[in-house]
Amino acid sequence: MHVAPFNIMTLFNEFFKGIVKENPTFRLVLGICPTLAVTTSLDNGLGMGVATTFVLVFSNMFISIVRNIVPKKVRIPIFIVIISTFVTTVELIMAAYVPDIHEALGIFIPLIVVNCIIMGRAEAFASKAQVLPAVADGLGMGIGFTMAVSIISGVREIIGSGTILGYEIMFSGYSPAVIMILPPGAFITMGLILCFFKYMGNLLGRKV
Amino acid sequence: MEKANLLAIFIAVMITNNVILSQFLGLCAYFGVSDSLRSAFSMGITVTFVIVIASAVSWFLDYYLLIPYHMEFLKTIVFILVIATLVQLIEMFIAKNIPLLQRMLGIYLPLVTTNCAVLGITLVNSNEGFNFIESLVNGLGAGLGYMLAICLMAGIRGRLMFAKVPRAMQGMPINFLIGAMMALAFFGFQGFLIK
Repeated sequence: MHVAPFNIMTLFNEFFKGIVKENPTFRLVLGICPTLAVTTSLDNGLGMGVATTFVLVFSNMFISIVRNIVPKKVRIPIFIVIISTFVTTVELIMAAYVPDIHEALGIFIPLIVVNCIIMGRAEAFASKAQVLPAVADGLGMGIGFTMAVSIISGVREIIGSGTILGYEIMFSGYSPAVIMILPPGAFITMGLILCFFKYMGNLLGRKV
Repeated sequence: MEKANLLAIFIAVMITNNVILSQFLGLCAYFGVSDSLRSAFSMGITVTFVIVIASAVSWFLDYYLLIPYHMEFLKTIVFILVIATLVQLIEMFIAKNIPLLQRMLGIYLPLVTTNCAVLGITLVNSNEGFNFIESLVNGLGAGLGYMLAICLMAGIRGRLMFAKVPRAMQGMPINFLIGAMMALAFFGFQGFLIK
């Protein structure tokens, strides 16, 4: 088992790779259920992103702490217990302090447990890394996810209701395309954004 | 009255509010396993099987353990552990007793543990306060709806092999757009919602 040497540069690398190079949503296409389900408005998207980031950072931290005590065979159930503990924590916190976002996200807060990004990071990174790199990785992936969800929910809110964070921004007389905040709109937005990133990737790749 | 209610739950979760296309549960496998009709069908059967059993077991735990002792906030932890254990048990059971089913479902079972459809449906059952029969019907409808959507997707993706897809659209982007068209089509059933 290789453990990366410990210095500031590797920490920065672990942090930034989740934001662009290995963005969990746009590059790896993981955890798409919440990405499509809750992105009907920007504040819901942000709420989901922050909740997921919280869970990612703390589950990565604790999984990394217990990585040497946990027997290999039962590691998945133990990871699940750790992750769902933090999900329950975040659910109770949100119910207490931001009840309307808690209401809007509904069943998708407990479903953070089965978000493939979190299990994926636990299995692929946190269970093999020291605590600080694991936290940096979780934070980077979380911010990458939050950015992706914000982009999608921003697009859907602007086109679908003509507002951003609840403020009117489109010209008067703009009639919102309601389809964008309904389920089909989620698929369309995600497909076109993925296509855009792939197109840019192809363009940049050709130049080099 | 009772039967009409059950039928309403069944149709709603299977078609009008399809688990995948309108509730967004279990999308990872929807795009991941739908590359051939055969694997899509096996995945659909596995999900149906696990959802029905998980609905039953989680209903008993919810009703006889969590609610009497006011521990509803532990729902998420309890349900996900039940599902993980159950999948493991089912895997061991069919490996030993039903080799035919094992050959068909073997590789899909581990995928089901982290499938949000299973945990999602058990949580919906509990949040909606469904009774035992309603939970089972909801689980069965969700599983069949899952199978319907994933098999349709696999069929369309099979046809896609002969289509000229622009380079930037190949792979995931076009799959999402197909998903959009299917969601749009299923959206048309919305009017059938029996209340």
